[in-house]
Amino acid sequence: MTPRTVRIWKDVHKWTSLVCTLFLFILCLTGLPLIFHEEIDRMLGATAAPDSIAADAPMISLDRVIEIGRAERPNEAITFAVPDDDDPVWHLFFAAAINSPKVAAVMTIDGRTGRILRVGDSTRSPIVKFITDLHTDLFLGEKGMLFLGAIGLCFVAAIVSGIVVYGPFMRRLDFGTMRPRARRLYWLDMHNLAGVVLTAWMLVVGLTGSINTLAQQIARHWQRTELVEMIAPWRNAPAPANPSSVQKAMETALASAPGMEVSSIAMPGSLFAGGHHYGVFLHGNTPLTSKLIMPVMINAADGTFSESRELPWYAKVLFVSKPLHFGDYGGLPLKIIWGLLDILTLIVLGSGLYLWVARWRTAPSWKAAARAPGLAAQVPERL
Amino acid sequence: MINVRRSATQIFLFPAIIAVIVAFGLVSALLGDGIWDTTSWIALAVPLAVTAFFACRKRPANS
Repeated sequence: MTPRTVRIWKDVHKWTSLVCTLFLFILCLTGLPLIFHEEIDRMLGATAAPDSIAADAPMISLDRVIEIGRAERPNEAITFAVPDDDDPVWHLFFAAAINSPKVAAVMTIDGRTGRILRVGDSTRSPIVKFITDLHTDLFLGEKGMLFLGAIGLCFVAAIVSGIVVYGPFMRRLDFGTMRPRARRLYWLDMHNLAGVVLTAWMLVVGLTGSINTLAQQIARHWQRTELVEMIAPWRNAPAPANPSSVQKAMETALASAPGMEVSSIAMPGSLFAGGHHYGVFLHGNTPLTSKLIMPVMINAADGTFSESRELPWYAKVLFVSKPLHFGDYGGLPLKIIWGLLDILTLIVLGSGLYLWVARWRTAPSWKAAARAPGLAAQVPERL
Repeated sequence: MINVRRSATQIFLFPAIIAVIVAFGLVSALLGDGIWDTTSWIALAVPLAVTAFFACRKRPANS
């Protein structure tokens, strides 16, 4: 590389980093507790423990569960029924109207005793909900989400340009060289070392984070294209006055796809089902296939199978991006490692910012250090 | 070793190896449970261990 190309890449690294650093601090600091949101929610009592009866007690009919929920909140509509990942309980999602996207309440009902365990405005505790909102959209809704998606892409550009300038910086240095006697050189070495070993992880978390910001666009596009096509033959049919059994709908869907489990059930009339169907969303039972959703449309007039088709590629990309961003797919040890990698990312951000600020104080010596780190290493006391 | 120029291969060999290990760790926990999770933990701990090793080393090798 010519000195001019190196300088251009350094400028790219500097400016892309400066644009996203503040937001990345927010994302890393809020992301850290979110890695452990399940543990925090449990500690704060946001998750309801199921009733302590025999573990093999049979589940009551989902129709009964829905009935119990409706009786408790008669003025709202149930949009979704979602089985818990770990416990034999159902989470019922309520909205002011059946076709409203806004969740009014979430009710957790024991699937064996039918007892209402908890009613909240979210499945998360208030503090985790607050941090989640800050992390996903800075409280700015969809615009905030897309803005953070752009910040994620800026982060990716900063990482790529960082790799490019790593070469010239390390021309005269061994991998892992640390020069502890001069503070600025020490943090430069730390920035280079931690930055380069984190490259793969930061790229994956940054890119998947950006993809996750498209979740609402992707969901809407799926509704407008795939869902509309699946239920097109019933487009003009009147909504059934007395929908068939939701328990039967679930069983029919499961029978159509052996080896799969229920991920969620969208009630007739809700945004993910259409007026004439139950939208039964299944997922596989291995770590990878459990991330991939298979929609099965069940006719709500007679409970028969209507249509099912695999998710389009862009939706699959979204569902695989989620675990790769959250780090929640390999048990608690993976979460802890994810947290430590997040903290190391904060060190890369902090040292980068420090180097940029410190550059102003004694510009000449910094420039010398940047141009020829090997030479600077010989006179560290001066720095 | 300070004034010896290094080739791109020498500079990027270790970072590339670490990147491959991390990529493997990211995928392995997606593929299965049990042993796949364990290999993922070990692989993703590599960047942490490498950074800790060089940061805690008392004297740089090249001085």
